[in-house]
Amino acid sequence: MDVDAARYIAAGLATIGIGGAGIGVGIIFGNFLSGALRNPSAADQLFARVIFGFAVTEALGIFSFLIALLALFYKI
Amino acid sequence: MAASPLDQFKITSKMDLTVSSIDASLTNAALWMIGIVAITTVGLMWAMRRASIVPGRSQSIVELLYEFVAGMVRDNIGAGGRPFFPFVFSLFMFILIANLAGMLPYGFTVTSHIAVTMSFALTVFLIVIGVGIAKHGLHFFSLFLPEGTPWYLAWLIVAIEVISFFSRPITHGVRLFANMTAGHILMKVFAGFIISMAATGGAVAFISWLPFVANVAVTALEMLVAGVQAYVFALLTCVYLNDAVNLH
Repeated sequence: MDVDAARYIAAGLATIGIGGAGIGVGIIFGNFLSGALRNPSAADQLFARVIFGFAVTEALGIFSFLIALLALFYKI
Repeated sequence: MAASPLDQFKITSKMDLTVSSIDASLTNAALWMIGIVAITTVGLMWAMRRASIVPGRSQSIVELLYEFVAGMVRDNIGAGGRPFFPFVFSLFMFILIANLAGMLPYGFTVTSHIAVTMSFALTVFLIVIGVGIAKHGLHFFSLFLPEGTPWYLAWLIVAIEVISFFSRPITHGVRLFANMTAGHILMKVFAGFIISMAATGGAVAFISWLPFVANVAVTALEMLVAGVQAYVFALLTCVYLNDAVNLH
């Protein structure tokens, strides 16, 4: 197989991992929303933690994005 | 045909300059960064030109920003975080204004360059290590072994904590870069759809307003992302500094 073609396939495969981060971020914000709707007065205190959890979860999606970038641009 | 959606990130030299074989040209990225710093500084000082106890309209905006960042530093670091407030505030303001300036038509997004975001992330990382060692000495390395870890798990926990500590600057910098780059590519791809659908003619040209509506929505979303990412960057800076100031 052509090396460039293999690069594109690898980058495409690496992006599948971002779906996992999508599920995680969705769970975090979904649970925040259901918690905030049950107890709106606690929503403001929770927000900073939600953003922190979102950032930490998103970091795992970023790792697969990095792998995609490495597959595309890292020349051996 | 339309230009590539990646053209917006191209760095061009505005003033060629070479210092002893090092290319130190003034690029459009550097020009935008100088402009952002100037606008932020002059804007804040202009808004505070007549500081009074009962704030006017412009002073309220500055106080709002100040209170916002001060609250974030206080909640996350506690009393020991006071000395870091100017750093976090400058970081937050620069990234916020840079993200918003990138939304201007023909604008250049400096935060969509990994060189810029990684320099911020590495600065924060080095400050965290420096402050931690200056404050706690070798005791700083107890960060890698949370209190109450059973001895038979210690080797695993230390390995995981060391890896997570050293991957922090990577995710910290790449998060901002990836979000800004992906969002701006998305906007330009939708903008490209409008042109190519209208150029096709016939029934397709008739519905070329669809990507236009989508692009308006994406622009609104990008405005939100610009604010949220500046907030996330400053918040994570506070969380990492908290580790250095208060350990676990």
